[in-house]
Amino acid sequence: MRQASRMRILQTITAMALAIAAAAPVHARTIEVVAGPDAGSRLQEALIAAQKGDVIAIGAGRFALADGLSLDADGVTVRGAGMYETVLDFSGQKGAGEGLLVTSDDVTLRDFAVEDAHGDGIKSKGADRIVYYRLRVTWSGGPKETNGAYGLYPVESTGVLIDGAVVRGASDAGIYVGQSRDITVRHSLVTGNVAGIEIENSRNALVTGNFVTRNTGGVLVFDLPSLPVMGGGNTLIEKNLIVANDTPNFAPKGNIVASVPTGTGVMIMANDGVLIEGNTLEDNPTGQVLVVSYPRAYQDARYNPSPRNVVIGPNSFLGGGNRPELPGGAALAAAFGGALPPVIWDGIGPAAGTLAVEAGLPGVSLNLGALGAGAETAKPGPLSVPATGRRVDRAAVGAPATLETRLVR
Amino acid sequence: MKRVLALALLVLALAGATRAAEQPPVSDAAILEEGFPQTLGAFGFFSNLELQSPAHGVIPYRLNIPLWSDGAEKLRFLYLPAGVQAHGAGEGLLDLPVGAALIKTFAFEVAGQRRLIETRVLLHRASGWTALPYRWNEQQTEARLALAGARIDLATPTGAAFSYAIPNKNQCKECHALGGMVTPIGPKARNLAASWLKGLHGAGKLDAVPTVSHRIPLWEARGAAPIAQAARGYLDVNCAHCHNPAGSASNSGLDLRWQQDDPARYGVMKRPVAAGRGAGTFEFDVLPGDPAHSILTYRLASTEGGIAMPELGRAKVDPAGLDIVTRWIASMPH
Repeated sequence: MRQASRMRILQTITAMALAIAAAAPVHARTIEVVAGPDAGSRLQEALIAAQKGDVIAIGAGRFALADGLSLDADGVTVRGAGMYETVLDFSGQKGAGEGLLVTSDDVTLRDFAVEDAHGDGIKSKGADRIVYYRLRVTWSGGPKETNGAYGLYPVESTGVLIDGAVVRGASDAGIYVGQSRDITVRHSLVTGNVAGIEIENSRNALVTGNFVTRNTGGVLVFDLPSLPVMGGGNTLIEKNLIVANDTPNFAPKGNIVASVPTGTGVMIMANDGVLIEGNTLEDNPTGQVLVVSYPRAYQDARYNPSPRNVVIGPNSFLGGGNRPELPGGAALAAAFGGALPPVIWDGIGPAAGTLAVEAGLPGVSLNLGALGAGAETAKPGPLSVPATGRRVDRAAVGAPATLETRLVR
Repeated sequence: MKRVLALALLVLALAGATRAAEQPPVSDAAILEEGFPQTLGAFGFFSNLELQSPAHGVIPYRLNIPLWSDGAEKLRFLYLPAGVQAHGAGEGLLDLPVGAALIKTFAFEVAGQRRLIETRVLLHRASGWTALPYRWNEQQTEARLALAGARIDLATPTGAAFSYAIPNKNQCKECHALGGMVTPIGPKARNLAASWLKGLHGAGKLDAVPTVSHRIPLWEARGAAPIAQAARGYLDVNCAHCHNPAGSASNSGLDLRWQQDDPARYGVMKRPVAAGRGAGTFEFDVLPGDPAHSILTYRLASTEGGIAMPELGRAKVDPAGLDIVTRWIASMPH
């Protein structure tokens, strides 16, 4: 074990050294964009003119933007003077589906804020090896259905590192990683969103060291049908503080997160291989951890709606489960002495291979008869599942080590 | 009428060979060399810029159903260098060789006169297609490169003011990206008149006339076409450049291409994925028989950022397009 971890550190250092060597560009420029008249078009022009290795340095101040920004050049860094100093203000936005759109590889976004985007805050699509570092995406009016959907929104990408972000007010997910691989989401504050952090149809995600509070649901790991990329799993949720996620669900009704009960700590839907351990879960009033099958009808032969190999190891649980927003929730809580136990499983399918819960941790199975069965058909009973199961492959989770080199302060 | 005019222009353009010596030729260098020419005039696509009279080798065309852009009138041209042929590659996009260019000018009527707003060019270079936007000046004498795009205050024919957006260079790619590469959208055989293709072939500029089994109906004759064909044609032209498996909206799983024949893939009873508030209070992209509860119509009917679709190139609602999609969904058995 010690040998293995020493080996990994060595590999990481080697990779970092190589990355530094490779990243040293021949003609790297720094393009300064300062606040003032026409800052929006000057910033967009800089994003278009940027070439591999360039740094776009956005000065301190408030930049009023009438349109969405976009970056399509590989290997560019967009850097502000700090997430409270450099503010891209989209409250007067007239077009585009997001504040900033990135469609190129090896991009670093750091040290700026996006406020009041009409759609998503920052989206990156098909943008491999992207770093989001110390960014703030917020909607000023607090939780509102008219806020944009996602704060940080990488999709269809391999290699995603999100570190030190602050996201508040997203009407879907604060940090949403979809249809991607090799992902780290860490050291971020997500609050007042419908979902705090959502990992969807993605593999090899590491969600660690985040403070997730006052969302509708804290951390969601979903796999959905009929998408180009499916088969989500091998995800590790550890050492997060997931506290008092109790903001009433304000998602538009058609979205999958609209079905997330207010007061959810962690929710796993479908997926193959999720490990939850070393977290502190406190006062999530519906339930601390929910494990469920995809409940809706679907037409997709490739899709498996059942959760598999979900392992709940040692975590610190405090309170929670006392106001479950589930049909018959009050009676259910009363039946368990006033509060539901930390683990809630829909009880569909055999326990073995689906869910393992560390010995001694209480839970409830809703014992739903079949996929899609309504909650009113639940026959709740104590959880009886194995104490151990197949654990995620830790070596495979997380963003590539080379991305760490871009976090130099 | 427009079609006849387009054909006449085509004949004129092709016949222009005899007058070629009198005109400066199109600048193949401006098309082929990396870099961004600062003016539209630098390409020499027009013998008279202001009148949009095509130069020799520049061929006007129209699409059966055009992309709706806030009601702009559009003038479309194809340029093929001397001795170069396009390749008819099935029902889809014409295969246009390196050196080819597509030119599209957007115009609005202002005070009873046609005012040119912008001209977008797609240049086929050795490195791939490059998309550039040019903005017309007030005097209507020249259009200058607008890499960062622009916003222009305009009014609809009924006098409603709106903010028209010239896309920036990256936004060009948002719609024109196919598998991450800039690709033309418009000139697909299925959306071009058979007569125009024949004319191009006859002029030696197209190696073979593509066979098309189901042509997209003419927009102005949509009343005579089956409603599903008119609506699917409209969705193909206005949405499918992003909503296809290799497009900018591939992650939505919604595929609105004309040739997609699986109803679930083109939205019927399909749930949204990452639509955010674009979904409104609705659960399905297309709820058969119920356009009032379908996300497709909800988004076409909105002008609000984060809800309105398409995300780019539209500040106003297209009443005719919304109408055809609404009637199509209403006509579906349920």
